[in-house]
Amino acid sequence: MTIELNGKSYETDEEGYLVNLSDWTDQLAEEMAKADGSELDDPHWEVINFLREYYEEYQIAPAVRVLTKAIGKRMGKEKATSKYLYELFPYGPAKQACKYAGLPKPTGCV
Amino acid sequence: MAVIKKFLYVNRKAPHGSIFALESLEVVLIGAAFDQDVALAFIDDGVYQLMRNQDTSGIGTKNFSATYKALGDYDISKIYVEKESLDLRGLSKDNLMPLTWEDEDDDWAEKDSIQVVSSTELAEIIDNQDVIFSF
Repeated sequence: MTIELNGKSYETDEEGYLVNLSDWTDQLAEEMAKADGSELDDPHWEVINFLREYYEEYQIAPAVRVLTKAIGKRMGKEKATSKYLYELFPYGPAKQACKYAGLPKPTGCV
Repeated sequence: MAVIKKFLYVNRKAPHGSIFALESLEVVLIGAAFDQDVALAFIDDGVYQLMRNQDTSGIGTKNFSATYKALGDYDISKIYVEKESLDLRGLSKDNLMPLTWEDEDDDWAEKDSIQVVSSTELAEIIDNQDVIFSF
């Protein structure tokens, strides 16, 4: 599969995850969200940026449990619930947010 | 409430050049989702998996060594390294990456995850497990 943007095409796997991490731009994230019928606001970006930093540091996309805990530590307890994250990313916070962040599907994601 | 079992992942191979180390790490991370009592042991060339400053750019593979530092986030706080294996290779704990976890019951104090143990101590640890995965 590919995503077309500004006359360039970007390769993805069959589930829509970017094949080359280095292809990622925030515009591409917006495009992926649009294809899913959603829009990215500040709270979404908070999570997406966090995931990109986590991947940069540890070379993995964190499991939902780890993501939830880390979000709570950094952004406050009220955001450390799977309910909050599922409201932002109804297809599954780890899966959907990782996709928009240009990361591979999280290890052990079920 | 399901029974919590003690899982030990035993790592004996050098990190790069075969898939064992990476596969083990992935199984550990996947297994961590199941709330079991998880520990890791590093023996023989397996101790190289925890070396500081690994660089895989020359062999064109992913440098997954950074991922060991995420183990604490997955509530894995018991990482045993066999002393004899370090000694034989002229290594000490200072050559290994610092790995830590945060203790929720102690105001999130950061604690050392790595314990260097003798082969006798490790034998006892192995003896106390319910499940052992060998890589």
